[in-house]
Amino acid sequence: MMRDTVKQKLLEVRNLRTHFHTFAGTVKAVNGVSFDIAAGEVMGLVGESGGGKSVVGFSILGLIDSPGKIEGGEILLDGEDLVRAGEARLREIRGRDISMVFQDPMTSLNPLHSVGRQMDEVLRLHSDLDAKARHMACVEMLESVGISRAAERLKAYPHQFSGGMRQRVVIAIALLARPRLIIADEPTTALDVTIQSQILKLMRRQIAEKGASMILVTHDLAVVSEMADHITVLYCGNVVERGRTRELIEAPAHPYTRGLIDSIPDLSNRHERLKQIPGTVPDIRNLPRGCNFRDRCPRAEAICAEIEPDLVPQRGSLSAACHFPLSPGDTA
Amino acid sequence: MTDAPAPMLDVRNLEMHFSLGGSVLDRLRFGKKGPRIDKPVVRAVNGVNFTIERGEIMALVGESGCGKSTVAKTIARIYKPTGGELRIDGEDVAEHDFAQMLPVRAKMQMIFQDPYASLNPRQKVRDIVAEPLLQQTKTTAERREVPKKIEALLAKVGLNAEHAGRYPHQFSGGQRQRIGIARALSVTPGLIVADEPVSALDVSIQAQILNLMKDLRDEFGLAYLFISHDLSVVHHIADKIGVMYLGFMVENAPRDVLFLRPRHPYTRALLSAAPSIKENRDKEEIELTGEVPSALSLPSGCCFRTRCPFAWDRCAAERPALRDVGDGQTVACHLIDEPERDVA
Repeated sequence: MMRDTVKQKLLEVRNLRTHFHTFAGTVKAVNGVSFDIAAGEVMGLVGESGGGKSVVGFSILGLIDSPGKIEGGEILLDGEDLVRAGEARLREIRGRDISMVFQDPMTSLNPLHSVGRQMDEVLRLHSDLDAKARHMACVEMLESVGISRAAERLKAYPHQFSGGMRQRVVIAIALLARPRLIIADEPTTALDVTIQSQILKLMRRQIAEKGASMILVTHDLAVVSEMADHITVLYCGNVVERGRTRELIEAPAHPYTRGLIDSIPDLSNRHERLKQIPGTVPDIRNLPRGCNFRDRCPRAEAICAEIEPDLVPQRGSLSAACHFPLSPGDTA
Repeated sequence: MTDAPAPMLDVRNLEMHFSLGGSVLDRLRFGKKGPRIDKPVVRAVNGVNFTIERGEIMALVGESGCGKSTVAKTIARIYKPTGGELRIDGEDVAEHDFAQMLPVRAKMQMIFQDPYASLNPRQKVRDIVAEPLLQQTKTTAERREVPKKIEALLAKVGLNAEHAGRYPHQFSGGQRQRIGIARALSVTPGLIVADEPVSALDVSIQAQILNLMKDLRDEFGLAYLFISHDLSVVHHIADKIGVMYLGFMVENAPRDVLFLRPRHPYTRALLSAAPSIKENRDKEEIELTGEVPSALSLPSGCCFRTRCPFAWDRCAAERPALRDVGDGQTVACHLIDEPERDVA
């Protein structure tokens, strides 16, 4: 607890709202999300499809294209508001201060350029090293992510690598300029389990060595619980719960988090039937009044349909947006 | 002929090789002994054996490229196997042609991975679900029963009659998978081949579909061949599990035996790599290096030796056969003979 207050905040997101104006109506993909990340911290951003977790990542990097627009809020990187920063400033920040690892290593590399050229680009734009020093840095980085014969492999093209190898290259590119924050959007979802565990170990080691922070965007609670210090749970564009990883996994306060955890078949226990969250995510274009989760929630009462709950501190490190938060030991 | 009923599915030495083809000039290679024509063959499935009894759920697990989906598609006879026997309800269908397969398809249906690609976007749900049924009904009297049956089927999988007139794009992923399941159930099959049925779905929806599949098994005595890469899903649903690697079955065991006492180094590595929400789950740490070799040129001897932390010279010389180690567990590994080498 003490350490927390001492730790410097690297990124603060305040009341971020990113909306998409489509013909079918306004999609409030991110609707008032706040969180902050300290230096050297890993935060997991979890939720189901449509929760808005990827859009948060893209908003931080200023990668929201029309019809999407950041309607309000602040994204403070060391006190500098990225929402109000111009495109030129964002280009300086991308790759140098904040870098991104995308889900699909098959499409996030340019197939027409050699891996070496794509790595070199980062350093050419964001450092004042000469060509030789850049080459050395690329070779060293590629070796540190576990690719052998790195000098030779720099000349190879993405199609000459397997999926796992490509994701290593993407991570190497993300780490090259020594960014302070890495946004990893489902970095291992497209990979097999044995490769996934290699990549996760690699990311954890690299982040610890370089002292970077990370936002890990994923739908996989098991992955997040092995990687993250803190977890933020999104539902329909809102933060429904956040807290320290172990506390949140072991005794969440929000019924949605409880439902998510219970619906995972886990290797260490086995029930005849999985607990399921009834129904599906509501249409985000016309969300119901009150709490977004109430139609699927076993604890919902009349007030849930009237007043949207605010994110308020609960026991321990947890905060949850719920009128009837769970106590430890409560089932959903 | 014995009195005991034949197993629902009996697969013997199933082999599926794909010839890559290409024109003669494309395949022309110049070696030391002059020009030759290459015949590249992908050995996707190399002699797989297993049986599934009525009402039993057998899962095949493995990483991409291990041949598990090819096994599923071969059993559903989307592919014609290049070798081996394939008995569905006692009848060998490996050599059947299209017309001969039609009656067999009343006993065996398939559910596909991607609920967005496996439903025809131009057909209404009612027609999608009715299609296999109409293929199997001959008389007009029977055909008249079809709409009523469709309604009952939709109710079974948790959809209502109102949904029957809609198109697939009006449904969410989980609902679409329910439509796919209703379609498979329409002919009251004994066996359902499910190829990664929940891997495209969110966890909360995944739980709904897994529960539904289990309920249907209990109600209709269905047997499933359940293909998945997700060990925790398989742990939840399967009665027995086959682990595949590079087209070979490396281990086959009842669920509890496999998770309690995995014997093959690959199975152990898979279990060690699976992430868990539990802290400090006590598990063996076997980290694999490298990646799966190409099915175009299989390694000599054991298929797993290139990544196996225990491999020694015997593994390169001799291909281990699946052997019974008791409790219904069979393992293909030389470590069974020389357990003293099993030290990391």
